Amino acid sequence: MKQQIRGPVADFGDQLSAVGIRGQEDNPLAGITTQLQLKAKDWGFATQIAAQQKLRWSAIWGDHQPPNIIIRALFFGADGHLLLQTEVPDKSPELTSQTAYFIAATRPERYLHDMFGVQFLDSSDQRRWVRHQAWGESDFPLRHDFPVAGKPEKNTAPDDGYPFTPVAGEGVYEIPVGPVHAGIIEPGHFRFQAMGENILRLEERLGYVHKGIEKIAVGRDLDGLIRLAGRVSGDSTVAHSWAACQAVEQALQIDVSPRALALRGILSERERIANHLGDIGAICNDVGFAFAQYQLSRLRELWQRQNLSLSGHRLLMDIVTPGGVKYDLDQAVIKQMQQEIVQLRCEIDELLPLLLEYPSLQDRLRDYAIFSPEDAQRLGAIGYVGRASGLADDLRRDCPYPPYQGLNISVPVYSTGDLTKRLQVRGEEILSSLTLISSLLRTLPPGDLIADYSLSGHPVEGIGLIEGWRGETLAYVRLDSAGRVQRYFPRDPSWLTWQALEMMLDGVIVPDFPVCNKSVNGSYSGHDL
Amino acid sequence: MFRIYNKIRRTGCVTEPLDLTAAPVVELGAACQKEIATRFSGSLAIRMVDAGSCNGCELEMHAANNSFYDIERFGIHFVASPRHADLLLVTGVVSRHMEEALKRTYAAMPAPKLVVAMGDCAGDGGEFGISYASCGPVANVIPVDAIIPGCPPTPTGLLQGLLQLLQR
Repeated sequence: MKQQIRGPVADFGDQLSAVGIRGQEDNPLAGITTQLQLKAKDWGFATQIAAQQKLRWSAIWGDHQPPNIIIRALFFGADGHLLLQTEVPDKSPELTSQTAYFIAATRPERYLHDMFGVQFLDSSDQRRWVRHQAWGESDFPLRHDFPVAGKPEKNTAPDDGYPFTPVAGEGVYEIPVGPVHAGIIEPGHFRFQAMGENILRLEERLGYVHKGIEKIAVGRDLDGLIRLAGRVSGDSTVAHSWAACQAVEQALQIDVSPRALALRGILSERERIANHLGDIGAICNDVGFAFAQYQLSRLRELWQRQNLSLSGHRLLMDIVTPGGVKYDLDQAVIKQMQQEIVQLRCEIDELLPLLLEYPSLQDRLRDYAIFSPEDAQRLGAIGYVGRASGLADDLRRDCPYPPYQGLNISVPVYSTGDLTKRLQVRGEEILSSLTLISSLLRTLPPGDLIADYSLSGHPVEGIGLIEGWRGETLAYVRLDSAGRVQRYFPRDPSWLTWQALEMMLDGVIVPDFPVCNKSVNGSYSGHDL
Repeated sequence: MFRIYNKIRRTGCVTEPLDLTAAPVVELGAACQKEIATRFSGSLAIRMVDAGSCNGCELEMHAANNSFYDIERFGIHFVASPRHADLLLVTGVVSRHMEEALKRTYAAMPAPKLVVAMGDCAGDGGEFGISYASCGPVANVIPVDAIIPGCPPTPTGLLQGLLQLLQR
C-alpha cells in the first residue's frame, strides 16, 4: 500500500490535539482524507486551525436527525478533503460561525439558518438569504417535521423588504435590477450603488428560483434522485448527476466498470467544452463583438448536435445513471468522434489567438474587472474563476477519480484575474478537454455499461466529488435501508463564484456589468436549489 | 483584421437555407412566418421569463437564436420589456419566490397577449411539481395558451410549438 503523504489535511487531527481539542477520528467516507467528529463548542477552534493550515473552505450542510441537527463542513488542502462533523440539539441549535476565518461561509451559513434554524454566533451577516416570503421566519423547510407541501398562502407576497446594505453620500444612487432581466437569462436581483457611471458596490440577492430540491429529494428512489440531480443546474447536468451517482455508488459499494467510467469522463468533458464555447461567444458578444458570438455559437451548435447523435440528448441529460451510463460507442462512432475532435481543435487553434490578439476586443477585456489573486485566495475561488486568479485546484488532477487517474491533465492557470484571462482559461480548457476525450477514446476499456447492484439493507451514506465545468461539484447522499433518499445535498460551484463577482467590480462602469457577470457565469438554479 | 475577414469568408453562411425543404426548421419557420405576417404584421415579439427552470430551456432558447436556426428571420424576436411583447414564453415551474414577478410581467403586457409554457416543468410541473417552494405548472399562476413539451424542448420543438399556437 502506498504510504500516505502527510499534508495539512492528514495532519489536522494532530494539530487539533496540539491545542488541546479532542476530535474523534472517524472512518472517513470514501473520497475523504480525514474525517473528524467534534464537540459543538470546539467548532470555532477547529475552523481556526483549518484557516491556519491554509485549507480552502468548500461547503457546509445540515441534516436533521431528531433530536439533533448534524452539521458538516468540508475543506480542501494539498492532500485531499477534510470533513468536520458536529451536532447541535434541534431545540436550541447554536454554533460558532466560520465566517471570521472563511468569508465563503457567509451565505451558506445564512442558508443553513433559513432551512434548519441553526443560529451562527458571531456571524458577520445575520440576514436571511434564500428565504423570501414563501415560508415564515420560524419555519424551517429542511426540518423533519416541516411538510413538503408547506403551508403556502394563496398568493406569495413579493419580497420587497430585504435589508440591503445602504451606501450614502452626495451623488450616490441605487439601481435595482431584476429578478426579471432584459435578456434570456435566469432570475436574480442585483442592487448597484453607483456614482456617475462607476459601480461603487454591488449586492446580489438570489433565491428567486428556490424550488425545494433538497426537500423533494427525500423519499425518492435512486433513479428519481439522479433525474433530479440532473436538473439542479441544466448546464451542469453531467456534473451533478455524476456527483450524486458517485455518492450513491460509494454508499452502496457499487463497482462501476472502467468502461462506464471512461464514458462518463467523455460526457463530462463534452459538457465542459459546450459551456465554454457558449460562454466565450457570449463574453465577446457582451462587448459588441458579434463575430466571436457567430463563430462560437456555430461550434456549440455542432457540438450539441453531436451530443444528440451520441447519447440521444443535446444537453446530455439522464445519460449518467446509478451503476453506469446509458449510452455506448462503437468503433465507427469513435472514429467519427476523433475526426470531430481534430476539427474543433483546428477551429479553436485559429479562433483563440485571434480573439486574444484583436486590439478592439482586448481593449474592453484586458486589465478590467480584476479579481485579484489575494481576493481569490481569501474566498477560495474554484473553477475557471479561480484559475484566472492564480488558484489551480482541479480535482481531476489533485485527487483523481477514475477515469482521470493516470491521465495527464493540463490545468491553465494565470495570475492577472481580468476578463481576458477568464476567457483564455476557458479556451485552453477546451483544448485540454479535447486531448482528454481523445485519450479516453483511444484507451476505452471493455466492460458493462451498467453494473448490477443490490441495496445494502441498512442505512448508508456517501459523498461524490466531481470537477464539473464550473469547478468542484459536491453531492452528499444518505439512504435508508430500503434505498430511499433521506438526505440529498448538492453544492454547485456557483456558491463560491457568485461572491467573486461582487469582488471584481472595482473601477467597473454599470454598462459593463453584463460582461463581468458572463465571465463568471454563476448558476442561479444550482445556487438557489 | 484580415484574419477575421478571412475566417468570415471561409465560414460562409451556415443558416439552413430556405430552399432546403428537407430541413424541418425551415419548413416550420416559413409556416410560422406566414402566420406572423397575417396576424402580427410580420413581427412576433417574445418576452421570456424563467420562473423556476434549471436553465436547460434557456440554453435551447439561445440555440434557437444561433446562426443555424436564426429564428429572427421568420419574424420572431425576443424583447427586453414585457410592454413590447405579444407573447410571454415561460420556463420552469413557478417558484413561489417568482410568483409575483411573473404576475407583474404578465400584467405589464399589452392585450391581446399570448402565454406559452415551454418545457415539461412549465407544462405539468415536470421534475419539481408542487411544494412549499413551487406553485407547479405555469397555468396555476397565469392563463396559458399553449404548452411546448420536452426537457428541454429542442429549438425545432420550440418552433413547432409556436406554429401550432399560431395556426390555431
